[in-house]
Amino acid sequence: MPLPTSALDFGIFNDRRYPLPEVSAMTETINVNINGTTYSHDVEPRLLLIHYLREVVGLTGPHIGCETSLCGACTVELSGKAVKSCAVFAIQCDGAKILTIEGMAANGKLHKIQEAFWNEHGLQCGFCTPGMIMTTKQILDRNPNPSDQEIRHGLEGNLCRCTGYQHIVNAVKAAAKAAGA
Amino acid sequence: MIPQQFEYSAPKTLDEALGLLAEGARPLAGGMSLIPMMKLRLSNPEHLVDLGRIKDLSYIREQGTVIHIGATTTHHDVESSPLLRGKCPLLAETASHIGDVQVRNMGTIGGSVAHADPAADYPAALQALEAKIVLKGAKSERTVSAADFFVDTFTTALESGEIVREVIVPVDGSGTGTSYQKVLQPASGFAIVGIAVRVRKQGDKVAMARIGVTGLSNRAFRATAAEKALEGRSGSPAEIQAVAALVGQGVDANSDLHASADYRLHLASVYAAKALAVALGRIA
Amino acid sequence: MATTTITKTEKLVGKRIRRREDPRLITGTATYVDDIKMPGMLYAAILRSPHAAAKIRSIDISKAKALKGVHAVFVGEDTKNAGAVPCGASLPGLRVPHHNVLAIDRVYLVGHPVAVVVATDRYIARDGVELIEVDYEVENAVADPEKALAPGAHAVHPQWPDNVAFTFHQEGGDVTKAFAEADVIVKQRIVSQRLIPNSMETRGVVADWHAADRTMNLYTSTQAPHLVRSLVAQILGLEENRFRVVAPEVGGGFGAKIQTYAEEILLAWISMKLQKPVKWIESRRENFLCTIHGRGHVDFYEIAAKRDGTITGIKLKIIQDLGAYFTVLTPAIPTLSVLMMPGLYRTPSISADIVGAFTNCTPTDAYRGAGRPEATHGIERMVDMVAAELKMDPAEIRLKNFVRNEEFPFPTATGLVYDSGDYSAPLKKAMEMAGYDKLRKEQVEARKQGRYMGIGLCAYGEICAFGPSPATPAGGWESATVKIEPSGQVTVLTGISPHGQGEETTFAQIVGDELGVGIDDVLVVHGDTSMVPYGIGTFGSRSTAVGGTALYFALQDLKATIKKFGEMLLESDDVTFAGGQCTCNKSGKSIGVKGIAAAAYRAMKLPPNTGPGLVATHFWEPPNFTFPFGAHLVVTEVNGETGDVSIKRYIAIDDCGNILNPLIVDGQVHGGVAQGIGQALWEQAVYDDNGQLVTGEFMDYTMPRAHMMPWIESGHTITPTPVNPLGVKGVGEAGTIGASPAVVNSVVDALSPLGVRHLDMPLTPEKLWKLISAGRNA
Repeated sequence: MPLPTSALDFGIFNDRRYPLPEVSAMTETINVNINGTTYSHDVEPRLLLIHYLREVVGLTGPHIGCETSLCGACTVELSGKAVKSCAVFAIQCDGAKILTIEGMAANGKLHKIQEAFWNEHGLQCGFCTPGMIMTTKQILDRNPNPSDQEIRHGLEGNLCRCTGYQHIVNAVKAAAKAAGA
Repeated sequence: MIPQQFEYSAPKTLDEALGLLAEGARPLAGGMSLIPMMKLRLSNPEHLVDLGRIKDLSYIREQGTVIHIGATTTHHDVESSPLLRGKCPLLAETASHIGDVQVRNMGTIGGSVAHADPAADYPAALQALEAKIVLKGAKSERTVSAADFFVDTFTTALESGEIVREVIVPVDGSGTGTSYQKVLQPASGFAIVGIAVRVRKQGDKVAMARIGVTGLSNRAFRATAAEKALEGRSGSPAEIQAVAALVGQGVDANSDLHASADYRLHLASVYAAKALAVALGRIA
Repeated sequence: MATTTITKTEKLVGKRIRRREDPRLITGTATYVDDIKMPGMLYAAILRSPHAAAKIRSIDISKAKALKGVHAVFVGEDTKNAGAVPCGASLPGLRVPHHNVLAIDRVYLVGHPVAVVVATDRYIARDGVELIEVDYEVENAVADPEKALAPGAHAVHPQWPDNVAFTFHQEGGDVTKAFAEADVIVKQRIVSQRLIPNSMETRGVVADWHAADRTMNLYTSTQAPHLVRSLVAQILGLEENRFRVVAPEVGGGFGAKIQTYAEEILLAWISMKLQKPVKWIESRRENFLCTIHGRGHVDFYEIAAKRDGTITGIKLKIIQDLGAYFTVLTPAIPTLSVLMMPGLYRTPSISADIVGAFTNCTPTDAYRGAGRPEATHGIERMVDMVAAELKMDPAEIRLKNFVRNEEFPFPTATGLVYDSGDYSAPLKKAMEMAGYDKLRKEQVEARKQGRYMGIGLCAYGEICAFGPSPATPAGGWESATVKIEPSGQVTVLTGISPHGQGEETTFAQIVGDELGVGIDDVLVVHGDTSMVPYGIGTFGSRSTAVGGTALYFALQDLKATIKKFGEMLLESDDVTFAGGQCTCNKSGKSIGVKGIAAAAYRAMKLPPNTGPGLVATHFWEPPNFTFPFGAHLVVTEVNGETGDVSIKRYIAIDDCGNILNPLIVDGQVHGGVAQGIGQALWEQAVYDDNGQLVTGEFMDYTMPRAHMMPWIESGHTITPTPVNPLGVKGVGEAGTIGASPAVVNSVVDALSPLGVRHLDMPLTPEKLWKLISAGRNA
């Protein structure tokens, strides 16, 4: 192992910085309604919806777990349907209505699905959870009383490495029950 | 990861889109295959034409003995369409096997068909349905059969500047039974093998058999030898076995980490038997 | 209802209490590394080698540097004084390759970092990476540990042509005699394939250097923030007290975030160089290639037994695929396999040899279970094979060889002392739940019908709660500080660094019971080196058993102080502290924690030899490891036509000692079992001969998904450990360790009529179909 370098090597008051060049990329304006609020932003066409939500709007609830749209951590609701926001360009969403995990609780009250994930221990590290909850919403919107098999089939597009899915399945069932009650 | 920069257009009319495509732009439909490929920089189009804003490109319409399905109709629209479930259940059933909930919400029939992934689900059904695919360019429109459309891996009859405008499938009256049976590639959810079967009986004999196969080789195809072998028979279990064994005959089968060529061929026969039995059982 | 409502007088420990950490996670408001944004923050993207072995002839960064928005591009030459990525394990004669932060003249694996682009946003940084041109002189690679050890193999590191990093030998008892006197000897080569941990959150780092006061803030997705602090500070020559590491919300680790990685050093270095905060977030592709892998064993077992089934000796040779470099624990992992090679059995004689082999692959290191899954898989497969050889029932041979209840503490032939156990209890319970005898009868019927039904058992033991410091590379103790604030609320600062295991809840339960306060009055703080006392971190199923115990002792210290204040305030020397109240046993007068806290901070008057305030800190060194155990029973059926395995029943009976929160323990078991089933049936890191990772994305690496998982019937037996006063052993890795042998034993049992005696994982349908068709044609 070579000797560790000293902090002084870096020049503590060194102001040697690279010049900051101008960044110019073609942008277009989009208007989007997210969780009930309307936003207007100039975006590069290649900006992915997930990066738009996280970096531009500041909604960091949806997560990025892969780049092949196979993990589902980035799932949000776009025009009433669950989609993987890592496989949609923000520019495609001009004029659309988007719901993210941050918009699920209303008036200071958790959504029944959130409540169910909490009660049933449907999460551990929590990274997949926003996507799981948004997909669960889609499952229950279409089928208010799903069987275990239908739940598992419905969650096919969402990976979780912590829970083994069992408590998630319980949470979806509990949410269905709570919604029916 | 992150795609390269590109120019983006979202025309409101098909003509406008076709004009841009004629200049070399690439179409973007649901983006379920294209966008991940762009993120990995395996595909780097300079100009994307989003078909999502074109009015009247998403529809499912019955017209006489056929059903027209617009290019930007999503897999979810297809799987949940009462019209298709009633009158072309094979297509609806096949759509329900594609990807996952989120992918089916965004992915479109036109995009999937044009992409021609050799492991995609739709092509098997379209072969079995003897579907027609309407291709439109700036100056032309033509209709090709599914059999002629799927040429090779990621290669179709589409010419530069053309898009899939719609897919036409037949109305299956009573007396027809169908089934799609699929072996999942466990990681990706694509088909290791997918078999779409469509059979009609007259009396106790099989009057018509159509077997579409995906995943097995470089393109989806119709197993015509197997179809012929079944027609005129009663469809007994022994006959089904014999017919199913013909599905992979002479096919240069794909081989990869998830299934060798031998195993794929074997699965094709097992799942063909399964699909045939289910389809025959569904004849009302 | 899965959870219980708590009334104040009830004990909290033992209850199914929903987690304190969940509200931020279910609302999307938790802060993971990628959620951190700072003014002026730059983004780094890393160019990585596409080759497994190559010389770097030249690197042209001019185009990347010229790109608008790019602040800097660095290559290996720039960072060569930044120190090397550290390895914490030491073994006699260990060859430690120098692991540069960025490659200098050669690359040793696909994914090896070659250059880094720093730009105003992640899109431009990625564009910049595409503009770097590297001229490689590609060499042959070796990606298989057995091939690496063969004569004439490509040398991963030219200075060590035999690719041997180390050899290790251990023995106990008299193994020569055991084998000489054996009635039966069974031999088998067993592979525990390479796996990819794949936490859902990839790694990520934000480094924020403040030159004026020489402080570094490093936010990183880690399981061991203090370890990162000590190592990176040393490597960069920085002052440790001015180096703050924060593990914010961490989206899973499974052992792959214990290490200190090149990117943590690199990002800190860049932030100093550019005087700006800088962020790097690992892509999933990078995670597959550049975060450690697990397992990677080829094991050669020999087991000696008597005619009556008594196991008398085990010989084991391990070839460990180390990869091209070491991370913090790489060479130490197979030594854990050796320690646990006797399993739960009394086996008096063992001999073990490890050969650590370099390959042009990603380093292996601790992945859920770290060495114990391999050992358990080996012994549990071997025991089944001995049973088959002797025509014994697999349950019977296990019951015969288990360490007996009266033998604890039990010294093993590998030098451990098993703490406590009732090893037959979980096995018997699993068999009872399953209806074992009935299942065997069903199996006879199934076989008559030509169906392949299997019943698999696994009785696992594991070593947890790392551990006594002499046996742990970075110290094995843990720390806790408990503060009762003037308002009476309680703050716990813990040295462990949970990331899904739920200690914000279980620790609050412990505090609630000890201090008699409500769970809502307790806050558990972790993961920030500037806030919490030095700690070792969360891994090896140690957090509750070691960190919880440190907390327990801190609470005892604090309770003594509380009592002193109680005596003073109640003007009595006969005071009891219980249920949150100090009560005078004579007058019956009492005062609560709140009142005592107020008095302790107001300090108008103080008890003798007592200062103001209510704070206690305790560093606890465990006297031994803990040894959880259990039994899993799996019923499978293999489809004779396709080779598909379907799990009909999965029963997991785990004994992790006392259970603080059954809801959390069940969750740990389920998740562990999923990873174990994943290994048994689907997961594998496959390299081709050129060292390319074929299963390098979720497209090809099969992760267990919801529709693939069976329902897990979970149960427990409870044997408290005497090692710590909480009686807890640890449960984080148990499920994984129990699952793979149980599933494989079940499938081997299913196919045993075809003469199958062993199968290597993963049990892909094609592998089984080939066996079945060969068997049918035979």
